[in-house]
Amino acid sequence: MSDLTYTASELMCINAARLLRDGDVVFVGVGLPNLACNLARRTHAPNLQLIYEAGVIGARPSRLPLSIGDPTLVTGAVSVCGMFDIFSQYLQRGNIDVGFLGGAQIDRFGNINATIIGGDYQHPKVRLPGSGGSQEIAGWANRCYIITPHQKRRFPEKVDFITSAGFLNGRAQRELTGARGGGPLVVVTNLGLLEPDANGELVLSALHPGCTLEQVRENTGWQVRTSGQVSTTEPPLPSELQLLREELDPGGIYLKGS
Amino acid sequence: MSKICSLAEAISSYVHDGDTVFCAGFTHLIPFAAGHEIIRQGKKNLTLARATPDLIYDQMVAAGCAKKLIFSYIGNPGVGSLRIVREELEAGRLEWEEYSHFGMISRLQAGAAGLPFMPMNQTAAPDLERSNPNIRRVKDPYTGQDVVTVPALNPDVGIIHVQRADEHGNAQVWGILGEQKEAAFASRDVIITAEEIVSEDVIRSDPNRTLIPGLIVKAVCQVPHCAHPSYTQGYYDRDNVFYLNWDKISEDRATVNAWLDEWVHGVQGAEEYWQKLGSETHARLAVKPRYAAPVNYGDY
Repeated sequence: MSDLTYTASELMCINAARLLRDGDVVFVGVGLPNLACNLARRTHAPNLQLIYEAGVIGARPSRLPLSIGDPTLVTGAVSVCGMFDIFSQYLQRGNIDVGFLGGAQIDRFGNINATIIGGDYQHPKVRLPGSGGSQEIAGWANRCYIITPHQKRRFPEKVDFITSAGFLNGRAQRELTGARGGGPLVVVTNLGLLEPDANGELVLSALHPGCTLEQVRENTGWQVRTSGQVSTTEPPLPSELQLLREELDPGGIYLKGS
Repeated sequence: MSKICSLAEAISSYVHDGDTVFCAGFTHLIPFAAGHEIIRQGKKNLTLARATPDLIYDQMVAAGCAKKLIFSYIGNPGVGSLRIVREELEAGRLEWEEYSHFGMISRLQAGAAGLPFMPMNQTAAPDLERSNPNIRRVKDPYTGQDVVTVPALNPDVGIIHVQRADEHGNAQVWGILGEQKEAAFASRDVIITAEEIVSEDVIRSDPNRTLIPGLIVKAVCQVPHCAHPSYTQGYYDRDNVFYLNWDKISEDRATVNAWLDEWVHGVQGAEEYWQKLGSETHARLAVKPRYAAPVNYGDY
């Protein structure tokens, strides 16, 4: 196994897939979350229900979707509904177990910024795409998972703009808002896993094989603490890598990265 | 009475300088040909509303049609940044109003239902609500809890692409439904562009598939391949290669202008544009058919 090599994207994707439970209803985005969900469905979670933001329920994509509204999501799906219905009857109503999120910045309390970097809202230095559906996913999915490469600029102590809520300034503050979802449960990076502590602060709970606490500290914008015992994740299995490389993303469109 | 007219006539009759325009379609059925016709006719000072402005609004902004953008996600879907829009926003040359996807679709839903606003549950994310004065709160009169509200959006013109419609504008859609229905009911004037014009009998053979009734439609235009480089389910695939190419083209205003000259100003309309794409592209975007099982409505 020691000669088994994998990219950072493959490592994150496989670890994200393992977080899904059989029978989960998942709100899926394109890219790594889509691959993670389809990998989980083909391995330990055959009864995963994939729901795509474009309004597709029970999708069984037969090719790699390249956009959130790829036509392959529709063909063979259980149901298709409009955008208002997917956000109200599925997400707001509480019918989504898991949401996947990403963003330019994630802070100490799991808050996500996908809106602006630098300057102020009216005069941003860098204008990012904005919320899309992520504000509601972060607010209302029962559990949220974040997938992101571990880099200092992506992990500031405080985000420039809270596009999607983690635990704000602490778990109690999120609870006060009355938002129904449980907030982020795990952040999957190429170095390990971060999980919120009792106060909602992200702490290191696991390292991937060969990764170190020093690497995590160097690449995190705050003094990251560790949970009681930091475990080591199981390395990617040959069967997981084979499914990803040969069937789910044979062109390496999302998995080639570093 | 037939509402069929050319796309050029429809745009010239119903899109006026200064209007709020909603070109509908969530990734699917985006009416690019209508956007290009608006550019050719030199419309100005438009407020362009869409959840995802997509390349269609990047192109219309580049062509100088827009004064303001209303949106919820300004990316090039599956590719990255929407460069022109981003540049104009960062430079302060384009006004904007921003929502989440649910905020955006709720505005249309209110507009479509004739309501003044829509309530939404709180998401715990504070900053957009702080930044956009149109996002407000009211007390739920039943529980006393705060709900977040957004005002109705009633565009002057809604442009909706569909698989098939009859001459009255009864329009049938399948595949991703996005905000097609809400955009149509919310808009003052509705232009339908259709891959195919079919007889009323075809529409009446499957009434459950009719998303938009002719009674709210002003004009019906037959525009095959209207949605390229987005797609029409069952008719042609999404041209992901073009979405990637646009990322390069839009790096530089000179190449954008050259592209607009060649592909928008340099063609008369959608038919010439499609032919110009060439047989290789046509073959790449062709889709094998896969039919639904027929349903029995009963002969009553």
